Amino acid sequence: MIKVSGLTKDYGTRRAIQNLTFDAQQGEIVGFLGPNGAGKTTTMRILTGYMPPTDGEALVAGYDVVQESLEVRKRVGYLPETVPLYTDMIVFDYLKFMGNLRKIPNVDARVDEVLDMVGLFDRADGYIGNLSKGMRQRVGLAQALLHRPEVLILDEPTIGLDPGQVVEVRELIREIGKERTVLLSTHLLNEAQNICDRVLIINKGKIVAEDTTENLQARLIGAERVVLRVRGEADDLAKTIKQVKGVQGVETKPDGSVEFEFASGKDVRPEVAKQVITSGYDLIELRPLGMSLEEIFLELTGSEPKKK
Amino acid sequence: MRNIWTIAKREYDNYFNSPLAYVVAFSVLLPMGIYFSLIMWVSSQQAMMGGPAPESAPINWLFVFLMIFLSPALTMRLVSDEARMGTLELLLTAPLRDFELIAGKWLGALLFVLSLAALTLIFPIIINNYVSPGIDWMVILSSYLGMILISAALLSLGTGISAIFTNQFAAFFVTLGLFFFLWFMVSLPASYLQEGGDVLNYLSLSTHFSQSMNNGTINLGDIVYYLSLIALGLFAGTTAVEIRRWR
Repeated sequence: MIKVSGLTKDYGTRRAIQNLTFDAQQGEIVGFLGPNGAGKTTTMRILTGYMPPTDGEALVAGYDVVQESLEVRKRVGYLPETVPLYTDMIVFDYLKFMGNLRKIPNVDARVDEVLDMVGLFDRADGYIGNLSKGMRQRVGLAQALLHRPEVLILDEPTIGLDPGQVVEVRELIREIGKERTVLLSTHLLNEAQNICDRVLIINKGKIVAEDTTENLQARLIGAERVVLRVRGEADDLAKTIKQVKGVQGVETKPDGSVEFEFASGKDVRPEVAKQVITSGYDLIELRPLGMSLEEIFLELTGSEPKKK
Repeated sequence: MRNIWTIAKREYDNYFNSPLAYVVAFSVLLPMGIYFSLIMWVSSQQAMMGGPAPESAPINWLFVFLMIFLSPALTMRLVSDEARMGTLELLLTAPLRDFELIAGKWLGALLFVLSLAALTLIFPIIINNYVSPGIDWMVILSSYLGMILISAALLSLGTGISAIFTNQFAAFFVTLGLFFFLWFMVSLPASYLQEGGDVLNYLSLSTHFSQSMNNGTINLGDIVYYLSLIALGLFAGTTAVEIRRWR
């Protein structure tokens, strides 16, 4: 459904993306993972026909994004990162306007249907300007879904939503992704793991890794790191933990907490907890440390610097 | 074609969401109404001494004159504000040609001005009731055709300029400056020139209305002039949007 080869985009002298090559099949949810300024939005803007690439080729639903831009745009639903909306319009009127541009037959009924899907049915008569950020995000999503697009391109779809809404929106995306192609960008690793079938990690305009989420996870997380905290003084805490079999890399932090690692799949946390308690400490925290995106990049660029 | 209509309709409705439409309508209709009352009063005084019947030509001229100053306010935010708010990104990724976007914006503004012009029809209707044997409606038709064409040309240029800028006030002042130049200044040197004065006169906005259509004379040259300006504005706007894509 999406086929990108050698895609390059320059803004003046600055190269935003360089020689990107990837594809996405129908019924696949592909995640674009990368820090701000990595080139995610630029790539998405090219795929939606918003702007032409400097070099390279991109096909969406079999149409070239430059030569057959209108055909591409008919088949793509797009949620831009900033969710631009007409704040002085009523929700229903706005969606009807977008629906008319997409020439949807029976547009009123379809707008109601989509509003129901994103859970905004009761706000249909309100002004967009009066909606919260999360609700606006969902209006944007409704707009992207209106014409039942073959390809859905979502730029940070869950940003600004509260946790309950995040779950709902992810559920919705997963549902849509069963039949259609979804390309979404995020800078949250757990979001990518949660909904995507495949993840492209992009940094400084280049793809640094591309794999299924399971593979990526396995490759990234050779060991799990845990932080442990007890009440009061804990001078010999590190020594105590080291006695447990399987514990590695014990490190005492300046704030008194202790970090340690164990090999993936060999969870020693119960043993550590028992050891800490029998040694007379009051255990107040035992928490896995998630890997930050920066660490993943270090990991990726360190482990496979020659990836083409 | 349907896309143009969709854009135009939203734009037309949108005018009534902001105070702008009412301010512009007020600024057109109030001076015209006062001027009309004045003309009626003066001619009623003169009629007793066998003076001429009141005409609607000066009132229609005032409409066009006010449009020079007010139409930039109607077009300034048409495209520039979409660019500033980011909503342009949605329109440019919708299945819509750049030309259709610009033409729709222009048509929306034109529909608003047409509504205003329709309200001013009350003035010739009133005159018609007071003079016998009534007024020459063909002259009124010619005059209104001229009003519509000149408004369409102004709005087209304004839409084109709005597409160039992201700041609506920049668009406003550049548009106003251009209209000022075309209305008052372009033909000024004409009388001092040995040759080419005709060209400058032809370029002037005012010569194509006051001395021709407003008096019931429809020239092909005038119509070509207006249509050229409309085409120029729409072309400039479309090109500006295309350039935005490449940046």
